[in-house]
Amino acid sequence: MMTKTKRLLISITATAALAAAVLYAQVDFKNIIVSSGGKPALAVVDFRGTGAAQSLMSVFNTMLNADLQASALFDMRSKSLFPANNPQQASDLTRPEKPGEGYALQDWSGPPVSASHLVFGYGAVVNGVFVVYGNLYDVRQSSPEAAKLLNQSYPDNPDVAGVTRVAHKFAADIIQRFGGAGSLLNSRIYFTRGAAGSGHSEIWVMDWDGNNQKQLTHLNGLIEYPAISPDGSRLAFTFWPASGDPRPQIGMVNSQTGQKIPFYNQAASLNSSAAFTPDGAKIFYSSSASGQPEIFSAKVDGRDFTPITFTKGNPTEPKVNPKNPDLLLFVQGFPNEQVYRMNAEGAGIERVTNGEGEASNPSWSPDGQNFAYAWTRGYATGGFNIFVSNIATPDKYTQLTSNAGKNENPVWGPDATHIVFMRTPSRSSSAQIFTMLANGTQITQLTKDGNNRYPVWGVK
Amino acid sequence: MTTTSFRNRRLMWTGSALLALALLGAGCGKKRNIPAPPPPPPGGSASTAPTSTAPGAPTAILNAEPTSIQIGQSAVLIWTTTNASEITISNGIGTVSATGRQTVSPSETTTYNLTAIGSNGTATARATVTIAPPPPPPGPEVRPSNSAGTFESRVQSELKDAYFDYDAVTIREDAHAALLADADALKRIFMDFPNATINVEGHCDERGSAEYNLGLGDRRASAAKDFLVQLGVPAAKLRTISYGKERPQCTEADETCYQKNRRAHFSAGQ
Repeated sequence: MMTKTKRLLISITATAALAAAVLYAQVDFKNIIVSSGGKPALAVVDFRGTGAAQSLMSVFNTMLNADLQASALFDMRSKSLFPANNPQQASDLTRPEKPGEGYALQDWSGPPVSASHLVFGYGAVVNGVFVVYGNLYDVRQSSPEAAKLLNQSYPDNPDVAGVTRVAHKFAADIIQRFGGAGSLLNSRIYFTRGAAGSGHSEIWVMDWDGNNQKQLTHLNGLIEYPAISPDGSRLAFTFWPASGDPRPQIGMVNSQTGQKIPFYNQAASLNSSAAFTPDGAKIFYSSSASGQPEIFSAKVDGRDFTPITFTKGNPTEPKVNPKNPDLLLFVQGFPNEQVYRMNAEGAGIERVTNGEGEASNPSWSPDGQNFAYAWTRGYATGGFNIFVSNIATPDKYTQLTSNAGKNENPVWGPDATHIVFMRTPSRSSSAQIFTMLANGTQITQLTKDGNNRYPVWGVK
Repeated sequence: MTTTSFRNRRLMWTGSALLALALLGAGCGKKRNIPAPPPPPPGGSASTAPTSTAPGAPTAILNAEPTSIQIGQSAVLIWTTTNASEITISNGIGTVSATGRQTVSPSETTTYNLTAIGSNGTATARATVTIAPPPPPPGPEVRPSNSAGTFESRVQSELKDAYFDYDAVTIREDAHAALLADADALKRIFMDFPNATINVEGHCDERGSAEYNLGLGDRRASAAKDFLVQLGVPAAKLRTISYGKERPQCTEADETCYQKNRRAHFSAGQ
């Protein structure tokens, strides 16, 4: 007979083992999602501006801190711990003989700041150009010369847009110094917007932080399940035209202009759920051309199509591994939908999720090691949450969302750190687009107006 | 010293401003000064009301013609005043002459207030231009048809949905019966409308992913179509379309509603 204490101990051990397994798996996401103790401790001083630049510095400081915080790379040290004086230029950090004033490296590396790195600098308007002189120092070094990691000027227009670009560029440079995949500055999130059940939706686009939401397509019909080509230049999606033949077909547009790109659809009641290969030359999609939905491969213009599955299991959502074009994830059912793997010829089909509940919407991490997906595990049928597993050990999983409505369609960001997904908070609410870190923290709502679904994350 | 010169300067400014105002006033007065107002227009509008008629005191009348318009149309404001030197009309019209007319095109029901100020008082008048609601839409289109009704109405009334089990595409017993009756109805409709096609739509309940349900809906539509073709309905006249879970009949989270949404449904094609 097991005592309560024993059961509790076993439970704690199991939880710790799971946490360890999760942490181990997550180390594979480029060291990004690690415990705070392992992160670089970054002290970022408030940059001040000379003359006309001063009025622009609060925008700069806000954007710089937001980018660095969002990267999830750093333990951001509290400004309340900083010394009274903050260095503004390299020559300020030349007074090791007078510690305590804020002008010695150890003022920043020692307690209470206890930073490993210091970001400092200032802004100025020179001949009508806004310039930030930015520095990144490793304050654990013995001399300012040895500490210097980055010393760069960033010019742009003396307005909010220019200052924002400068902050993004400087943050991207800092992030790259720490092995991050760069900031999300050059990425865009595409999604569909249209009232539920209206039979109409179009593709919209926004910055990674939800700003600059704009309608991209004007195709007049229902658009769902977009996919973005690896170079970010084109979008493929499932489209029910409002006029003409109303059957669902693959549509393709230029991702910058929204202009249509010709795609040859097979004569079928259903052509849907397209995905690009890593080289962008081919496409996989689901078609009922052979009588019932199966997965086909084709050239990116839809020609030279050939079926690769004959499963009769309603296979859909083919997703090609970004690092291995001969490895696909897909979803099929009968009796219940699960995530499977196969090669590019449709051989070697194997279930990767454990058969419990319903699992769908697989999305590869940029390094091809992990995949995020929607799963109903622990919830009623249809109650999806986002999970992540490593393809080498798919029986282990990390649950990223819980108890917040229905969470579906996760897609990894190009920084390998963020995941964008769609959440329907309650039955009476519309679906909205959210991002989070790949460990389920920092959940951020990006859209508020309308019914927004099926996000994908592409590079510009 | 500084204070005095500042005061002097202020006085000079004030004087100049007053002079300018006086000149301006003289100019405006000259422009507006209509010596004898024309006689008042015959009749009166319910929406106009001179509020002051004392001798020597200003009078004002403002009419709108017509008083009710459709959005996008225009009306004409017509007014006359007496004994007034400054006449203004609200809603962006501004200063006007003692008697005049102006075309207006308000986008919503608007009341125009005329104010006439004279040396012996102020008179006001107002006129309202009402935006009438749009006329009702025309009745439903009457298309030539057989006595049994239009193509669309017959598709809607004579063809019954076939329902499915959860995550299934097999034709169960009640769907079997529904599709048998549908096959007869389809043949009748196609006899009367030989060039028509009919859509067989596949629908799903809200559970499961949208992508998976799209394929499931396609298989339901195909299963229903295959069944009908076996019963002699011409395959070329039936077109299958899956809407997955995009177009539910109801949205409650219970099995009664889920069942209503797991169906093959017929709609008029072309």
